[in-house]
Amino acid sequence: MNAEQPLLMIDNLHVYYGGIHALKGISLEVYKNKIVSLIGANGAGKSTTLRTISGLVRSRTGNIKLKDNLIGDLPAHRIVEMGIAMVPEGRKIFPNLTVMENLILGCYIRKDMVQIKKDMDWIFSIFPRLKERTWQKGGTLSGGEQQMLAVGRALMSRPQLLMMDEPSLGLAPLLVKEIFQIIKKINQEGTTILLIEQNARAALEISDFAYVMETGKINTSGEGKSLLFDEKVRKAYLGED
Amino acid sequence: MSFTQFFQQLMNGFSLGSLYALLAIGYTLVYGILSLINFAHSDVFMLGTYFAFYMITIFMLPWWLSVVISVVLCAIVGMTIERVAYRPLRSAPRISALITAVGVSYFLENLGLVVLGARPKGFPRPDLMKNVYVIAGAKIQGVSFWVPIISIGILMVLLYIVYKTKVGMAMRAVAKDMETTRLMGVNVDQIILYTFALGSALAGAGGVMWAAKFPQINPLMGIFPGWKAFTAAVVGGIGNVVGAMIGGFIIGLAEILIAAFFPSLTGYKDAFVFGLLILFLIIKPNGIMGETLKEKV
Repeated sequence: MNAEQPLLMIDNLHVYYGGIHALKGISLEVYKNKIVSLIGANGAGKSTTLRTISGLVRSRTGNIKLKDNLIGDLPAHRIVEMGIAMVPEGRKIFPNLTVMENLILGCYIRKDMVQIKKDMDWIFSIFPRLKERTWQKGGTLSGGEQQMLAVGRALMSRPQLLMMDEPSLGLAPLLVKEIFQIIKKINQEGTTILLIEQNARAALEISDFAYVMETGKINTSGEGKSLLFDEKVRKAYLGED
Repeated sequence: MSFTQFFQQLMNGFSLGSLYALLAIGYTLVYGILSLINFAHSDVFMLGTYFAFYMITIFMLPWWLSVVISVVLCAIVGMTIERVAYRPLRSAPRISALITAVGVSYFLENLGLVVLGARPKGFPRPDLMKNVYVIAGAKIQGVSFWVPIISIGILMVLLYIVYKTKVGMAMRAVAKDMETTRLMGVNVDQIILYTFALGSALAGAGGVMWAAKFPQINPLMGIFPGWKAFTAAVVGGIGNVVGAMIGGFIIGLAEILIAAFFPSLTGYKDAFVFGLLILFLIIKPNGIMGETLKEKV
């Protein structure tokens, strides 16, 4: 096992939606500078897990720990201040705000103007297409551009942990490839990533570690590459016999 | 009608319209963010006139200072209403919040009747508003001249706040998607509080100027201007700030010009305004500036 302290540690998380027991004791760890994936079928509880970490959903029991801080009871906006940013499912760009405004909203909590300017340039270097569209309304961007904006917006808070909910959803195959390359690049530049994906193969290929979820529980876990060759995972999620 | 008469009426309409615009902003801001019609808004407007009235008559403060204090107090009242009455119902069905809004409105009106007294009070107008200016041969009352100017100044400041500041940006974001705004690290409850403060401050400013124009105040005086400003917000496209301003001017001008051109219909000017509301709801329910709304599920 790793002797280092995990960046994010979730311990025995239980979440109820109305009467439904959505998460039945999830435990997972995300180590610094890694890409960790959550894969699994629809309704397995992947999104609920991320939504609980980000403070949008409250857990009934269980701990969420970022380094040494218990963050399970903090409201969503405080979680961002603690250093966790999220790229929500379906991108959720503000259509009535310009690209620039979307990015500025991403660093709403920050006051260090000089560094913000530098980070903005960094975002534009990763996503040159956003730079051409700074004054365009978010709603006028294409799906791929919106996804890039959603990632850029989340990065503007300079998160220690970046969570992404289905970043490849609804994108053309070429763009999917591009998005995964970008995720890898962001990770290499020092951001830890917790990723949810339907596209299990692409996710496992770039992941250092992965958890497989099924009906509110974690079923299997292991290094990303090793799960690619796991018999059960291949059958259930990679569509192979 | 001679040109000078028309010009006088036009200025009159502008000043009334700018007051509706100020009041309409509060409805539209809150609706944009919470999908709630804040019925108590017109009562904050009423309270604004009383705050100014007491500052001038009891504390003997100068007029301008009374206005400033009144505006600040209105902002505090607005924030209190949101904190006490609406925030606990944030995740309740919309109809519960709506009924609560009606309740808060009745509460404030009746509290006003008890505490402030039902008898109308004469509002002390400042000289500035009493002066008569002669422009191009037309005699323009101070109120008709200054109210639109001050109002437009305030509306410019408001547009600046909504479209150029970080808080305004957060307001626009909350209006579109509350949950994602929270994921940006924005304290949404705080932004909602600011929104109420802003809307109520404008209502306060509008209230004081209304009292300068119609210098008699009573605890139920907010009701009719409130309904008309609400109509203005709907006509302009509820949720849209610029729309509310345009709507305010349309309603104000229409009301005055109807009476000016058809003196025999003066008694029907309110009916005309609400007829306009019904017409808009039938023909263009999204209003002038409104986007096509998708029903939120």
